[in-house]
Amino acid sequence: MKYQSQAVAKPYFIFALMLFTGQILFGVVLGLQYVVGDFLFPEIPFNVARMVHTNLLIVWLLFGFMGAAYFLIPEESETELYSPKLAIALFWIFAVAGTLTILGYLLVPYATLAKMTGNSLLPTMGREFLEQPTITKIGIVIVALGFLFNIGMTILKGRKTVINIVMITGLLGLAVFFLFSFYNPENLALDKFFWWFVVHLWVEGVWELIMGAMLAFVLIKVTGVDREVIEKWLYVIIAMALITGILGTGHHFFWIGPPEYWLWIGSIFSAMEPIPFFMMTVFAFNMVNRRRKEHPNRAATLWALGCAVMAFLGAGVWGFLHTLAPVNYYTHGTQITAAHGHMAFYGAYVMIVLTMISYAMPILRGKGEANSNSAQVVEMWGFWLMTISMVFITLFLTAAGVLQVWIQRIPESGAALDFMTTQDKVALFYWLREVAGVFFLIGLVAYLSSFFIKGEKAAA
Amino acid sequence: MAERFTKSMARNIYLGGSVFFILLFLALTVDTVRELPKRDNREALTESVANGKMLWEENNCIGCHSLLGEGAYFAPELGNVFNRRGGEEAFKYFFKAWMQAQPTGAPGRRQMPQFNFTDEELSDLAEFLEYTSKIKTNNWPPNIEG
Repeated sequence: MKYQSQAVAKPYFIFALMLFTGQILFGVVLGLQYVVGDFLFPEIPFNVARMVHTNLLIVWLLFGFMGAAYFLIPEESETELYSPKLAIALFWIFAVAGTLTILGYLLVPYATLAKMTGNSLLPTMGREFLEQPTITKIGIVIVALGFLFNIGMTILKGRKTVINIVMITGLLGLAVFFLFSFYNPENLALDKFFWWFVVHLWVEGVWELIMGAMLAFVLIKVTGVDREVIEKWLYVIIAMALITGILGTGHHFFWIGPPEYWLWIGSIFSAMEPIPFFMMTVFAFNMVNRRRKEHPNRAATLWALGCAVMAFLGAGVWGFLHTLAPVNYYTHGTQITAAHGHMAFYGAYVMIVLTMISYAMPILRGKGEANSNSAQVVEMWGFWLMTISMVFITLFLTAAGVLQVWIQRIPESGAALDFMTTQDKVALFYWLREVAGVFFLIGLVAYLSSFFIKGEKAAA
Repeated sequence: MAERFTKSMARNIYLGGSVFFILLFLALTVDTVRELPKRDNREALTESVANGKMLWEENNCIGCHSLLGEGAYFAPELGNVFNRRGGEEAFKYFFKAWMQAQPTGAPGRRQMPQFNFTDEELSDLAEFLEYTSKIKTNNWPPNIEG
C-alpha cells in the first residue's frame, strides 16, 4: 500500500463478496422457482427471493464502488484519506442497515415491513429495485453524503487527476439521481417516468463513469502505459457514454405513457449506447498490448480484459438486440430483458468490482503486488467458470425469450398463447439456465477459495 | 489515437457533449411532463385508485408481475389485465374471486400468496388496475395476452 489509509477499502471488499455470495444463492433459488413453482412457498415466495437477489446486487456493488474509491482516491490524490475513521464508521452503519433490511425482507411479510417502517408517511417502497424501506433509503443518502465528503476532501487536499475527478463525478451523480427514489406520485405514468431517472441514469449513465475510472486506474497499474494516453481514452469513453446514454433513457419511455417522439429519440440514441462499451474493449486490449511491464498479477489483467469484453456483449450487444422501438414493442418485459439484464450487470459492474478487488486485495492483505501463482490459477478458474456460466445463462434466457415472443407476443389476440401456458412451453430453457446457474455458483466457490490459497510468491 | 487529438480536446468533447445533452434531456423532460395530462388518464385518479396503488406497492406485486412491461417476469402482465379479464362489466367480480382463491396449492405450480385484503381493498386494487389499463401506451402490449 502506498498510503496507510487505503486499508479501509478491505472491509468494504470483503463484505461486498459476502453479499455477492448471498445474491448468487438466492439466484439459484429463483431459477428453481421458475420451474418448480411452489419451491419454498410460502416461506420464501418468489417476490421476496427476487427482492433479496436484486437488492443484494445493488448493495454489494455500492460496497464495491466505495471500497474502490477508498483504495484509488488516496493513491491518485497522493495523500492519505481525509478521515479513515469516518470511512470505517460509515462501513458499519451501511453494513448493519443493509443486513437489517435484507432480514426484514426475509422475516416479515413485505406489507408488515412497510407498516413497521412507516411507509405511509413518505411512500417510496414497492417499486422495482427501490423496495428498500424509506428509512433505509434515508440511511443510504446519509452514508453517501459522508462518503462523498470524505473522498471529496481527500481530492481537494491532494493531486487532481482525470481518474479521481471522473470517479467522484460518477459517485456524485449516483447520489444525486438516487434522490429521485423519494419521488413517488400517485400518478403511475409520472412515477414510472422519474423512476428511470434513478435506474437508467445510474446503470447507463453515471455508473459508466465510475466503471471507466476504475478500469483506467487498474490499466495504468498493470500495464504501465503513460497516464496521458489512458486519460485521453477515459475522456472519450465517458463522453460517448453520456452523449448516447442520457437521451438513450428514452428507450424506457416507449410504452409507459410519455409522448411518441421518444420512440425515435430512444431508438436512435440507445442504438449508439454500445459505442462506449466497444471503445472500452478496444481500450483495454490496446493498453495491455502496449504494456511497458509484466505485472505479476495476471488475474487482475484477465479480469480487466474480461470485464471490457463482457460489458460490450451484455450491455452493448444484448442491449442493442431489443432497443429499437419496433423490436422492443414485442420483446418489452419478456425473458429477453432478463437475459440482457444478467449479462450486462455481470459484465459491466460485477466484473469491474472484481477487477478492482483482484488488483487491490493482494496489496491490502500484505502479499505484495500479487497473490501466489497457485492462488491466481484458482482465481482464474473462478473467472472462467463464472463468465462462461453467465454466457450460457444469457443464451438460455434469450432462447426462452425468443420463444416467448414467438408464441405469446407476435400472434393476434385469440391466437396468442397466454402467459402461463407460454411459461410451460419454454420450461426446458429455464431448466438449462438453472444448470448454468449452479455452475456459476461452483465458479464463485472456486473464486472465493482462491483467497485462502497460499504458495510461492508470484514472479513477473 | 493520433497525436493531433489531444487530451484537452477529449475533455472538451466530454464536457460540451454532456452539458448539451443534459440540457436537451431537461427540455424534453419538461415537454413530456406538459404532454402527459393528455395521455396518463389522470382524470381517473380517484382516492380509491391512489389507495390501490399504495396496496400494489406495499405488497410488492411488482416482485412477480410486470405492469406496463416493467417488473418481474414470473407472473402475468397486469397493465391490461382489466381488458383481458372482463373489462367494464366483469373485471371486478373476476378480480375478487381470483384474489380470494389464492394460493391454488396445485403441486409444482407457481403460487400467489393470499393477501387477506378486505372487500374495499380489493375494490381499490381493481380500480387501480382499471386506471392503469387506460394510460396511453402507444398501443402496447401487442395483444390481449400482455
